[in-house]
Amino acid sequence: MRIRCPYCGERSNDEFYVLGDADALTARPSGENAEAFHEYVYQRTNLAGLHRELWYHSNGCRRWLVVTRDTRTHEISDVTYASKRGEGEAA
Amino acid sequence: MKYSIFSVLREGLRGGKGWTPAWREPEPKPHYDIVIVGGGGHGLATAYYLAKEHGLTNVAVVEKGYIGSGNVGRNTTIIRSNYLLPYNTHFYEWSMKLWEGLEQDFNYNAMVSQRGVLNLYHSDAQRDAYVRRGNAMRLAGVDAELIDADGVRAMAPFLDFENARFPIHGGLLQRRGGTARHDAVAWGYARGADSRGVDILQNTEVTGIRIEAGRAVGVETTRGFIRAGKIGLACAGNSSRVAAMAGLRLPIESHVLQAFVSEGIKPVIDQVITFGAGHFYISQSDKGGLVFGGDIDGYNSYAQRGNLYIIEDVHEAGMALWPAIGRLRTLRHWGGIMDMSMDGSPIIDKSPIDGLYLNCGWCYGGFKATPASGWCFAHTIARDAPHALNAGFRLDRFASGRLIDEKGAGAQPNLH
Repeated sequence: MRIRCPYCGERSNDEFYVLGDADALTARPSGENAEAFHEYVYQRTNLAGLHRELWYHSNGCRRWLVVTRDTRTHEISDVTYASKRGEGEAA
Repeated sequence: MKYSIFSVLREGLRGGKGWTPAWREPEPKPHYDIVIVGGGGHGLATAYYLAKEHGLTNVAVVEKGYIGSGNVGRNTTIIRSNYLLPYNTHFYEWSMKLWEGLEQDFNYNAMVSQRGVLNLYHSDAQRDAYVRRGNAMRLAGVDAELIDADGVRAMAPFLDFENARFPIHGGLLQRRGGTARHDAVAWGYARGADSRGVDILQNTEVTGIRIEAGRAVGVETTRGFIRAGKIGLACAGNSSRVAAMAGLRLPIESHVLQAFVSEGIKPVIDQVITFGAGHFYISQSDKGGLVFGGDIDGYNSYAQRGNLYIIEDVHEAGMALWPAIGRLRTLRHWGGIMDMSMDGSPIIDKSPIDGLYLNCGWCYGGFKATPASGWCFAHTIARDAPHALNAGFRLDRFASGRLIDEKGAGAQPNLH
């Protein structure tokens, strides 16, 4: 599997560390509701299909990326910086 | 037909003309008391024990492919019960006891081979951890022996004992562990369940779960609607997809695990041996191929194939442990989809929906659990309550904080 890093170009996926579901992991609840935290920490939609996920280019530019990948075929359709800050540095 | 040495001899003389199919291919009935979704090892074992232990035979196993096409036919066939934490220790030991009597019980040759499972340690700290694990096992009545380097050398002289970075100091040995013929386990349970009246519906995919007044009442399938008194899900890597049909979200991610077989060679390795300094385990099949594997790839996947970097990683670990295997060629490899839970332990429980039961979260340790998983799931469905052996494998343990995390890795499924 090869990931087209917006900063470094196309690289093998073993340069990256994968964290998981981008939408689940960035939806941290603001309050102290235990049920909301249970959903956030443990529950996953676990999609079969287009999956937005967080990858960290640890052996490259050390930026967090959001990779949109089909979990049925491993085909990658989109890669963006995970934060606006990353975009600013690239420009 | 009962299998025995006499039936083998008789059919040998008659050219095998008297053999009959090991199970029927029935048409789906409109209603069953219990429908098990998933005809893998766990689903078939569940149906078998429902019939045998609880007398419930109006049961169907619904399978989207054919029997043996999923993980039960694509694993490294290791059986063991060398776990540290209380619920795991007792549950997997019950599975080991069922393995020990399985072939006589279901009258099928599953080639259960108690050749021993040896976990190597490479440092004083790792030795301490294995002493702790071994003592926990022995307290629970499980066999465990601590072997020093000379003991390992007597069993496997070909390993790299003087590796500068990871010298082999010894190992924790479970002599009752070993391997089983994975396909035969599926076939044996299928035949055993079928002969007691269970309908095995192959090539029948569940496309929906019908819920009426808060209760699961049946499954929509590619061969029509099947009404059911109770529904048990044993869908391994597809657990989240099937549970979503009933509106449930699970604490599970699906990941791909690869395994490998070398070209066949003469018998060389008698045990299952695991490398303690990397994730690598190896044994030899009766056909002569070395069967080995390591880590999952690490990203969510429903594709039954992995990527090259893990292939490289697993072979590097193998070379560090046993340099001579560099002379062999890897013959084939494959991938299976693992239902990785958030604490690395399984779920066998009632679901929040009446009449719907869950069996999932096996990570990449499901094969060894097959007999006890089926046995406990059958009990949970038949009695509508978990058995003491699976009482800890609850779905709500993530909300209540009663996690069973052998590795202490936290809610990060690709680290378990």
